[in-house]
Amino acid sequence: MAASVTEKPLLRFITCGSVDDGKSTLIGRLLHETKAIFEDQLVALERDSRQHGTQGGKVDFALLVDGLQAEREQGITIDVAYRFFASTKRRFIVADTPGHEQYTRNMATGASTADLAVLLVDARKGLLTQTYRHARIVAMMGIRHVVLAINKMDLVGFDETVFKSITEAFQATAAEHKFTGVQAIPMCSLDGDNVISRSPRMAWYEGPALLEHLDGLDAHEEGGPASFRLPVQWVNRPHLNFRGFCGRVAAGTVRPGDRVRVLPSGATSRVKELVFMGGDLESAGRGDSITLTLEDEVDVSRGDVIASADDPPQATDQFEARVLWMAEHPLMPGRPYLLKLHNKEVTATVTAIKHLVEVDTGNHLAARSLALNEIGVVNLSLSQPVCFEPYDTNRTMGGFILVDKLTLGTVGAGMIDFALRRASNIHWQALDIDKGARARMKHQSPACIWFTGLSGSGKSTVANLLEKRLHAEGRHTFILDGDNVRHGLNRDLGFTEADRVENIRRIAEVAKLMVDAGLIVLTSFISPYEAERQMAREMFSEGEFLEVFVDASLEECERRDPKGLYAKARRGELKNFTGVDSDFEAPVAPEVHLRTGQQSPEACVDQILRELK
Amino acid sequence: MKPSQLESESIEILREAVAGARKPVMMYSIGKDSSVMLHLARKAFFPAPPPFPLLHVDTTWKFKEMYAHRDRMARESGMTLLTHTNREGQAAGVNPFTHGSSYYTDVMKTEALKQALDLHGFDVIFGGARRDEEKSRAKERVFSLRSEGHRWDPKRQRPELWNLYNTRLKEGESLRVFPLSNWTEADIWGYIRDEDIPIVPLYFAKERPVVNRGGTLIMVDDERLPLEPGEKPEMRLVRFRTLGCYPLSGAIESSATTLDEIIAETLSARVSERQGRLIDSDQPGSMEKKKQEGYF
Ligand SMILES: Nc1nc2c(ncn2[C@@H]2O[C@H](COP(=O)(O)OP(=O)(O)O)[C@@H](O)[C@H]2O)c(=O)[nH]1
Repeated sequence: MAASVTEKPLLRFITCGSVDDGKSTLIGRLLHETKAIFEDQLVALERDSRQHGTQGGKVDFALLVDGLQAEREQGITIDVAYRFFASTKRRFIVADTPGHEQYTRNMATGASTADLAVLLVDARKGLLTQTYRHARIVAMMGIRHVVLAINKMDLVGFDETVFKSITEAFQATAAEHKFTGVQAIPMCSLDGDNVISRSPRMAWYEGPALLEHLDGLDAHEEGGPASFRLPVQWVNRPHLNFRGFCGRVAAGTVRPGDRVRVLPSGATSRVKELVFMGGDLESAGRGDSITLTLEDEVDVSRGDVIASADDPPQATDQFEARVLWMAEHPLMPGRPYLLKLHNKEVTATVTAIKHLVEVDTGNHLAARSLALNEIGVVNLSLSQPVCFEPYDTNRTMGGFILVDKLTLGTVGAGMIDFALRRASNIHWQALDIDKGARARMKHQSPACIWFTGLSGSGKSTVANLLEKRLHAEGRHTFILDGDNVRHGLNRDLGFTEADRVENIRRIAEVAKLMVDAGLIVLTSFISPYEAERQMAREMFSEGEFLEVFVDASLEECERRDPKGLYAKARRGELKNFTGVDSDFEAPVAPEVHLRTGQQSPEACVDQILRELK
Repeated sequence: MKPSQLESESIEILREAVAGARKPVMMYSIGKDSSVMLHLARKAFFPAPPPFPLLHVDTTWKFKEMYAHRDRMARESGMTLLTHTNREGQAAGVNPFTHGSSYYTDVMKTEALKQALDLHGFDVIFGGARRDEEKSRAKERVFSLRSEGHRWDPKRQRPELWNLYNTRLKEGESLRVFPLSNWTEADIWGYIRDEDIPIVPLYFAKERPVVNRGGTLIMVDDERLPLEPGEKPEMRLVRFRTLGCYPLSGAIESSATTLDEIIAETLSARVSERQGRLIDSDQPGSMEKKKQEGYF
């Protein structure tokens, strides 16, 4: 009878190396020797080897693991591929990531779920810049176990001194990154030496072959026994008499009868049952997907955390984190992103980039934004508090992704280091005299009327005329525009994308304070980016925010050119000018859409007033 | 018994996809992978039935025993079973013999699938594909984004770090979600045995009427299979490693009649399960092309 395959313990690891260090050859060899490659795949491989191989017609194992046709043709791997094999002792998932310079993002992705990293080094070349880079990324993603695979030993005559000197050179790096278990192995992956079993060609080496080492490794300790944490993923409520809280245990163990606390509400109860199809569980531990019921009727929703009552995690709405940027379009401080941490989704903005970490050296550099594949230490501010633990304590409770609000792509990955303040001190002072009270005294509904459009489209003309009309009706109003904001509040800002984002953020904050004061605020700025207009909108209550798109074609605006700015920009004397060398993202669904080429300013004002009523 | 790591990961994926979905559905192809996926879904939402229907894209060319099994499983799981056939394709008489496997698959599977998804407006679609099945699948995301028109664009796929999945969608986009991404064929069989999961009897060896076509054993499941001149079905002891449309599924000679025997055979097999499938080998990188067009 065969052993129960699905019960064999799993080890996930990642292989990293520069192009041509022999990564694909090594993986191909592991798959081949553990019989994870079938004959028909081998036949296909031989056919491919003749077509694209680099081994002069010999079977090229590298082709086995280069997946997509396009990249096969270019001869580089451009994504993370997962491979599976099993030994007699355990099952393995290998994340195969390309060694190409630009792909920090792929390596971080592969490393995020790995327990161990195999760092490949070409024996002839020794440690390279890339080796240091890979070590840094691997460490940042929380991997503590490393195999230093010194490959191509055949090309240095299986010389022990070469192996020794590379191993010694790596010690400082291992110490810097606090790797707890480093195993250096001399290899020739092309012929399989020290891959599956020890090589007679390197009798001087006394350590284990790679597979032996992987088989024997206990990679799961993450800093001793931990308290119970269950991020709630799903509330199972088939009928009124059953409420099960489902999720995957992030830390610790749980048994019926345990006292637990629900966060962020703080309510306490006891675990009643661990419901499981086929029979309730007596206990569950880290990594188990469970459904638990509680003794008491307490409110629990997706995104909450059920934790041991005596040692609950902290909650915060501001923390410091390391962020890896993964999108072409850079990270902008002040711009709102969606943040997903375990099962909780909130809005987050980077309030400061403390520094950028140079991946090759670890040096700190100043930065105002983060570009693709850059890593920064940043402060983040959230729209609501979240329960967390530092990433180095628990990956599940401290790792998050950032999602762009417009493209909805995953653009960043982050690791929480520590909270900047506890959620308990952030309760707003409940003021007796509130916005409603102030508005009633002014006999008006406060609002923010947000004008957006190209320079010269007519924003100021319409805004000024609107203010006159409102004033005549006895309304309390205020206009925010370039003249009163750029010279004071925002005089430190220029016209780069990062500065434009910050400019709009400050304006939105000021407008919000004025609306709280009961005023009708008119803002008149180009505000070219949808993300910032969206951010501004989200700061106001339903119905308080009116987006007015002052629409005129670029040709029309350039023809009007009231301040001669377009002419200047065209001559190259003005950088980052919207419409010329900086984008304008037209609003998707503005409340009011004015076409100033066809309507008189008076007609425009009438149209806004109709919407205001 | 406590859930295994594989099981826990799949359950987490199923719950996460449903939590973020507007209208989820599970593709049910009646094979062993679908059987495991359905079983995991029942575990994920127990004691409730899984909160989505099953969808079977019916080419009308499945084995008779598959239809019987399908109806039984829908009954037992308490889930709604939806079936869809490409009626235009059927009316035009598209079949695997005269039209070739590639065109047939395109019309009766890929097109039919798109029709069904558009008809019901599903935004999250579970599929039973595994990364170990085929080379181009090794890089497939667990949550695979499909643009409008169900197209798979390799450049728009989202990085997946930890077990954090981004389930946000724009109008017209959808997600194909693969809870069995990290399972291997051996895992599937081991799990079927350990959990006693019902599967179609065709997976077990039995004397069946087959014809040998260029080395591939095709079972004569009904009278629609056109016999070539001189061709005569003969009874052979065979079973199937994968099940699809009967004219496109090659049987293997085997005497394995129990799960243990199947597992022993699988673990020592020297040929991948996809070899029995005729659609993968029509052209190089063919799975990748089919995927871009919307095939699973
Ligand atoms: N001599 C020798 N060549 C090797 C060894 N390992 C890999 N190679 C060769 O180095 C080249 C690059 O290997 P490949 O696996 O494609 O590297 P990757 O870019 O890291 O995946 C190929 O020509 C391999 O055959 C080794 O141990 N010894």
